Amino acid sequence: MRYLPKSPADREAMLKAIGLRSVDELFAPIPAEYRLSRDLKVPRQMAESEIVDFFRQRSRENGEGYTSFLGAGAYSHYRPVIIDSLISRGEFLTAYTPYQAEISQGTLQSIFEFQTMICELTGMEVANASMYDGSTAAAEAVMMAVRLTGRRSVVGARSLHPEYGEVLATYATHQGMPLSVAGFGGDGRLNLTELEKSITPETACVLIQSPNFFGTIEDLPAIAEIAHRHGAMLVVSIAEAVSLGIVEPPREADVIAMEAQSFGVPLGFGGPYCGVIATREKFVRQMPGRLVGQTVDKQGKRGFVLTLATREQHIRREKATSNICTNQALVALMVNIFMTVYGKVGLKELAKQNLAKTAYAVEQFSKHGKILFAGAPRFNEFVVETSEDPYAINSRLLGHKMVGGLPLKKFYPELGNAALWCCTELTTRSAIDTAVGLIAERQRSARSAQEKPGVEEVAR
Amino acid sequence: MKHMTRKATRHVNQNEGLIFEKSSPGKAAWRLPPLDVPEIDTAKLLGAAERKDLGNMPEVSEIEIIRHFTRLSTWNYAIDLGMYPLGSCTMKYNPRVNEAVARVEGLANGHPYQPERISQGALQIMKTLSECLIDITGMDAITLQPAAGAHGEMTGLLMVRAYHQSQGNARKKILIPDSAHGTNPATAAMVNYAVENLKSDSRGMVDIAALQAQMSEDVAALMLTNPNTLGVFEQQIHKIADILHAKGGLLYMDGANMNALVGKVRPGDFGVDVMHLNLHKTFSTPHGGGGPGSGPVAIKQKLEPFLPTPVLVTKPDGALGFEYNRSQSVGRVRAFYGNFGMFVRALAYIQANGPDGLRQTTEDAVLNANYIRKGLEGAYDLPYSTPTMHEVVFSDRLQAKKGVRTMDIAKRLIDYGFHPYTTAFPLIVPGALMIEPTESESKEEMDLFIEAMKSIAEEVEEDPQTVLDAPHSTRVSRLDETAAARKPVLRWKPSV
Repeated sequence: MRYLPKSPADREAMLKAIGLRSVDELFAPIPAEYRLSRDLKVPRQMAESEIVDFFRQRSRENGEGYTSFLGAGAYSHYRPVIIDSLISRGEFLTAYTPYQAEISQGTLQSIFEFQTMICELTGMEVANASMYDGSTAAAEAVMMAVRLTGRRSVVGARSLHPEYGEVLATYATHQGMPLSVAGFGGDGRLNLTELEKSITPETACVLIQSPNFFGTIEDLPAIAEIAHRHGAMLVVSIAEAVSLGIVEPPREADVIAMEAQSFGVPLGFGGPYCGVIATREKFVRQMPGRLVGQTVDKQGKRGFVLTLATREQHIRREKATSNICTNQALVALMVNIFMTVYGKVGLKELAKQNLAKTAYAVEQFSKHGKILFAGAPRFNEFVVETSEDPYAINSRLLGHKMVGGLPLKKFYPELGNAALWCCTELTTRSAIDTAVGLIAERQRSARSAQEKPGVEEVAR
Repeated sequence: MKHMTRKATRHVNQNEGLIFEKSSPGKAAWRLPPLDVPEIDTAKLLGAAERKDLGNMPEVSEIEIIRHFTRLSTWNYAIDLGMYPLGSCTMKYNPRVNEAVARVEGLANGHPYQPERISQGALQIMKTLSECLIDITGMDAITLQPAAGAHGEMTGLLMVRAYHQSQGNARKKILIPDSAHGTNPATAAMVNYAVENLKSDSRGMVDIAALQAQMSEDVAALMLTNPNTLGVFEQQIHKIADILHAKGGLLYMDGANMNALVGKVRPGDFGVDVMHLNLHKTFSTPHGGGGPGSGPVAIKQKLEPFLPTPVLVTKPDGALGFEYNRSQSVGRVRAFYGNFGMFVRALAYIQANGPDGLRQTTEDAVLNANYIRKGLEGAYDLPYSTPTMHEVVFSDRLQAKKGVRTMDIAKRLIDYGFHPYTTAFPLIVPGALMIEPTESESKEEMDLFIEAMKSIAEEVEEDPQTVLDAPHSTRVSRLDETAAARKPVLRWKPSV
C-alpha cells in the first residue's frame, strides 16, 4: 500500500521489539467473535491513474461545462489562482488546530487577519474564526441571542434562505425555542406590520437575511428599530458575501451570521463552505467557535493564540456556548486570501460588476416575464414570473447546456411560476441574451414544452 | 542544548507583519474584465443601501500576497514536515490525489441546486462512499450531511431523541464516561439532555457495575468512544450494549478512534446503534489548520426513519436523487448536502487502499502505537497497563517530581523537531501525554521520536529549567495566554 512507509522487515523488527510474534496478538483485546474474518466490501485497491479516471468520469456526469444562473445561497464567482497555490502548501493544508501556538503562528496570524477583515466588512467589532456554514452559523447566532436575552422565542423572516430556516427549526426544536415566521410584502421585503405583530415580550431575536433569499436588500434601520424597541436582538444572515462590497452592511445588527462561500470558495456541490459569526465586543463571551487573540511572548514579541477558550467544549463541556470543535479553517483561509486579493477597491468594483450584470439581465428578462419585487433595491438575484412553468423553461435551457433559475414553488408555493435567477461577474451578456431568447421561444412558437412528456421531472 | 536532536536543525525564516501593515492606496492584486453590459448608476439602484467605504481593507499586490502567506506558512508545523502525534486526532498523511480529484471541474463547480439529471456524478460519489462506510461500520444506513464530528454527534443524538419520542418517551439523560471528549457532553446539552458521568474502572474501561447501577429508563443513550481515549478497546462491549438495550437505551459510539478498527472489527457487529465517523481523521481528509471536517452518522435500521433530510435514494428509473418528504425525520442539520468535497477525498482514500490496504493501515496504526509504548515504558509513567490499540497515554508523574509537567515536555518536544502529543487529556489521567502516531510514520521517524522523548526525560533529571523554558528554537517563545484572555485583542486596528 503506497501510503504506508514500512517494509515487511520493519514490521517484523517492530513486532520483535514489542515482544510479539504476530500482528494478530495486537488485536487480542477485541473479543474473537467480533473480529472480521472477511474483506471489507469496498472497491479493490486502485492505481492513482484509475482514481483520477473515476472522478473525471463522475465530473462529466455532473454538469461539467454548463452555464448556470443559479444562486440561492451558493454563488459562482471567479477564484483567483493564488488561492489554491497558497492553501495547497502542506504547512496550511496538513496542520491541526493551532493549539500549540509557538509552531502555529502562520495559521493563527492568518485567522487574526481574517477576523479583522470580517469586522471591517460587516461593521461588527469581533468575528470568530469560522462556523460550518451560513445555515448553522445562523442557528448558533440565534442560540447566542437566546442566552444573552434570557428570552426563548424567535421570529424568523420567511425571506430567509428556506434551508437556513429548516436548520434553525432542527436546532430550536429540542431547545424549547418557539419559532414564528414573518412574511414578505409586495416588494419582497420583510412585512414590517407582520414583524411588529409577531414579536412578543418573549422574543429573543429577529432573524432576517439581507440581501434576502430573493436578492432583495432589506430595510435594516426600520427592522432594527422594531426589534430593539421590543427588547429583542437583531440577527442578520448574509448569504452573498460579495454584496458587502457595494451594499451597506447591517451595522444595526447585534449579531451577523455570514456565509462567506462567495469569497473564493468553490461551489463544490454545496460544501465545504465557510460560516462566520460577527458581533459586538460586549457579547463576545457568549459567542460560539474559536477566536484568535493578539498577545506577546516572554521577550515581548507580538504573537497570536487561541483565546477565550472558556466558552468552548474542551474546557466547559456541557456548559459550553456550543459543541463546535473542528470548524472550516482551510476554507476560511481561502476567504482570507480572496479578501486580500480584492481588498478595499477591488471588492467594490467586483460587487459593482455583479450589480451591472444583474441590472442588465433584469431589463432583458422583463421583456418576456414579470420581474417580481421590483419596488426594492436588489443585489445580484432577481425573481422572474413566467406564464410557462419554470421547469419546462429549464428543460429547454438544459438542451443548450444552460441551467436556468431556481423554480421557487418548492419553497414558496404561493409564488407559482416564479424562479430565482442570479448573475455574477462571470455571467456574460451573451449568456443572458441566450437565456432570455430561450424563455421567449415558447411565446414565438406554438410547439410548447408540454408536447414533451415528463419535462418537469427531467429538469428537477 | 546538551542533547542535540537528529531530527531538526535551526533555519532562518522570514519575518512578516500583518497584511494591513503592507497596505497602501493604489496597490492592487486584481483586475476585472471590461464590462460587457451598460454601466450602472449605483446610487440610483441602491439608494440609501449603497455602501461608500470599505474601511481598512488592505490594498496590496499579488507578489506581496504570495510572500505574505508563504512566509506565514513556514511558521507552522505540519504532517508534511514530520510526525504529528496528537492523540485521538489521527494526524495521518493526506494523499495529494485526493486534492487533485476534488478539484476536477464538474465536482468543484457543481451547484447544489443544479437539476438531479446533471448531478448523477456527485450523487454516485455520495452513494459509493455511503456503501463503503456502511460496510466498514457494519451499520444499516448513513447520512453524510453533518459538517464535522461534533455536528455528527448532534445529528446522532437528535435521532436518538426522535427514536425514543416515537416510543412514547424522549427520556432525560445521556451517560458519558469520564474519559470522553468535551464535545460529547456539550452535544448532549445542545439536544437538551442532562449529562450523567460514568466512571472508569481501574483498567481504564467502563465500570460495568456502575453502568448497571446508573442505567434506567431515563437514560436515552450511552456515548462511548471505542477504543476509548486511553486507546483501550472496551472488552466488555457487548455486555455494555446488553445493559443499555435491556432498559431500552441506545449505544452511541463516538468514531474518533475508528482508525484502530477499520477492516478488523465493525461497531455494528458489537452492538452499536448509532455512531459518527470523522472523515478528517480516519479517512485522510486534511485537517487544514482546524477544518473543514465531515462527520457522517451511521445507524441501525430502527433509526432509519429519523435520518436528516434530504436522504439519497435510487429512484424507480435507476437514477439517483434526494428524498425530501420524510415525516419522522429530525429535519435538516445543514444547508445543502454536507461537506461534499470531503466525500470526494474520503472515497479516493478508500479506493487507493482497497480492503487489503485498509486492513494493513489499521494494523500499522496499532503496531506503531505499541512500538512507541514499548519504547517509552520506564522513561514515562504508564498509568494503565491495559493493552492499548492505536494510541497510548502516559502521565507526567515521574517528571512532576522535578516540577516539569506534560505541557513543558510537549513544548520541549518542539525543539526536537516534533509536534507535541495531546496534553492533559483524557481528564482521568492527571498530566496526560496522549500519543497517536497513526500508520503514516516510518520506523525511523518513530525511533527519532522515542529518542527525543527519552532525551527530554533525561533533561528533566539533569536540567529541568531547560525543559521549563522550552521551546527555545521557535520564532516566538511561550505566549502570554492569560493576558490574551484578560484583555482580548481580537482584531487589528490602525494606530491613531
